[in-house]
Amino acid sequence: MIRRRTLLGAAALAALATGAFAQDDKTKVGFIYVGPVGDGGWSYEHNQGRLAVEEHFGDKVETVYQESVPEGADAERVMTQMALSGADLIFTTSFGYMDPTMNVAAKFPDVKFEHATGYKTAENVSNYSARFYEGRAVQGLIAGRMTKSNKIGYIASFPIPEVIRGINAAYLAAKKVNPDVEFNVVWAFTWFDPAKEADAAKALIEQGADVVLQHTDSTAPQAAAAEAGNVITFGQASDMGEYAPMPRVSSIIDNWAPYYIDRVQAVMDGTWESKSTWDGIAPGMVEIGEISDAVPADVKAEALALKDAIASGETHPFTGPINKQDGSAWLVEGETADDGTLAGMDFYVEGLSGDIPN
Amino acid sequence: MIALEKRAQPSRVWAWATPLLAVILTLVAGGLMFAVLGKDPVAALRTIFYDPLFDAQFASYSRPQLLVKAAPLILIATGLALGFRAGIWNIGAEGQYIIGALCGAGAGLALYPSDSPLIFPMMVLAGALGGWLWAMIPAILKTRFHTNEILVSLLLVYVAENLLASMAVGTLRNPDGGGFPGSRNLSQWPAAANPELIPGTGAHWGVVAAIIAVIFAYILLQKHLLGFHIRLAGQSPRAARFAGVVPERLVIFCLGLSGALAGLAGIFEATGPAGQISIDFNVGYGFTAIIVAFLGRLHPIGIVLAGLLMALTYIGGELASFMLGIPIAAIQAFQGMLLFFLLAVDVLTNYRIRLGRREVRA
Repeated sequence: MIRRRTLLGAAALAALATGAFAQDDKTKVGFIYVGPVGDGGWSYEHNQGRLAVEEHFGDKVETVYQESVPEGADAERVMTQMALSGADLIFTTSFGYMDPTMNVAAKFPDVKFEHATGYKTAENVSNYSARFYEGRAVQGLIAGRMTKSNKIGYIASFPIPEVIRGINAAYLAAKKVNPDVEFNVVWAFTWFDPAKEADAAKALIEQGADVVLQHTDSTAPQAAAAEAGNVITFGQASDMGEYAPMPRVSSIIDNWAPYYIDRVQAVMDGTWESKSTWDGIAPGMVEIGEISDAVPADVKAEALALKDAIASGETHPFTGPINKQDGSAWLVEGETADDGTLAGMDFYVEGLSGDIPN
Repeated sequence: MIALEKRAQPSRVWAWATPLLAVILTLVAGGLMFAVLGKDPVAALRTIFYDPLFDAQFASYSRPQLLVKAAPLILIATGLALGFRAGIWNIGAEGQYIIGALCGAGAGLALYPSDSPLIFPMMVLAGALGGWLWAMIPAILKTRFHTNEILVSLLLVYVAENLLASMAVGTLRNPDGGGFPGSRNLSQWPAAANPELIPGTGAHWGVVAAIIAVIFAYILLQKHLLGFHIRLAGQSPRAARFAGVVPERLVIFCLGLSGALAGLAGIFEATGPAGQISIDFNVGYGFTAIIVAFLGRLHPIGIVLAGLLMALTYIGGELASFMLGIPIAAIQAFQGMLLFFLLAVDVLTNYRIRLGRREVRA
């Protein structure tokens, strides 16, 4: 009984939504961000993608966005209100929006949803993500070559496959060029918290790290490294070029614009279909920010060569032989990791110390 | 010359007029802020206060959401207000809310996938118990060792947040979730779900609990000896001692009750609107409830109104944010103004403004 009532309620909502977006012929695109658009990282780059959509389509499109939306019940409300306001396509740009996106999508069958970095799909829900680990491998190489203390600090956000994958990819690449390298991973349990991130960076530097990698979105670790001096960092999600040439020596840039433009076009043409997208360096979804002069020319050339090799498919960041942390075999000589294992990665590779929190 | 003169008795008129005045001042100052940001202040205020309630496009959805958002605020604030009246400062409701949700969810998930009708009531009890236990830490430390309950309860919030993160990625993690953090979806497990009771109203069991708590608190304060003791302890601790009030018992009672109510709010949220235990499960209800308690003059009926108003600023604020492109920080500043002006004009309750020259005393 309850279920039928819910369905009826959903039908009423959907009817409202259909009525709402018949009002004008502009395609309305909504974006939901987990951080403020001024975070200089993750949400900033998604917002750059939104601006690119506006610039590309001009008058044919209207975009709206909501920043700093907590993952959970509030996200569901924001999405529903956005759908009610007549949005045709909504990008929900954080992992924690997955279940809310699925719930709201079920109530609005005529609205298309795109969820970033999750794994669920539905008739009107696609998911998309970038192969950040390809960029991590390039960072790892530079880190391994540049460190003098052989201690590399890593500010991790949440113990989810995406983050664990990044740590493994960076470690493998660093280890390859510098067998003595050690990783020290700090779990911040946040995507964006400048104070916490700065503390984590300072702690890592005090413990001897002269390279700090981050999987959190603010520039606070860059500032902490600049203050400490002689510590290098990498821009995360965004170029963070204001900290170049030191401490920021390079960066991973998420470039969502081509994907967003493509998907908006599909909605306009009526050709939108649910799919899963996982693009890397080759199609340009993951970009490597300019490698600064603080990096010696030969290291820079080596890093760019790795980048090109990954883009051409010649090199895969996870190529065997690789063992898991517990010593058990994972990939044999020459074998590359399959996407399924990568997508659900919940283990460290051999050589990394410490435990993944759980 | 403007001078402040202390009133012999706090003004009863001003005690009720200041919240209204604070709201009006917030509207004016907030409107100015929106104007400075280049947004039409009238449109902004209309979107925040009018659209969620009456706009044809949104109201049918937003109005029920008002209850969903207000219920935990009211439930927690009602408990806090009892303590605040007695001068017992539980600042850590956020932590009790988290622990309540964890205990309740844990108790239920231990029996997954049972479909016994006893699951949900048991989870609710476990939630209340969890919040109560977490509040007992500052309570017992205060009665035994005279620690400051403000500090202890506040710092325990951070402990609770770390426990939450650990539970979400560890013990309570959904084994079928592909390695991602977060518990099973409780709202999709019928035995544990806290659904909308009457379709289209937003009313779930948390709303029912909030109403009961408000009525209970009202009767307690107005009709019951314990309520009299609470008020007396707050106004005059010495007089309270003479009247036979045992301060230790009052501390245990007030902290325990507010903890249990916060725990209830937590488990109702986890089984209902939030649906699961996730790392970011807590979104600040425990802290916002402090504002709600004061905005409502620590009075149960006032708290209901204040809770609804606060919920309205959240829901309308979200609307204004994406409809008009107002930065979320401006919305938060707007909410902050409300408390700021309330505290500022509160002066009028205890002081009289005198215009003209101060008389020179001989």
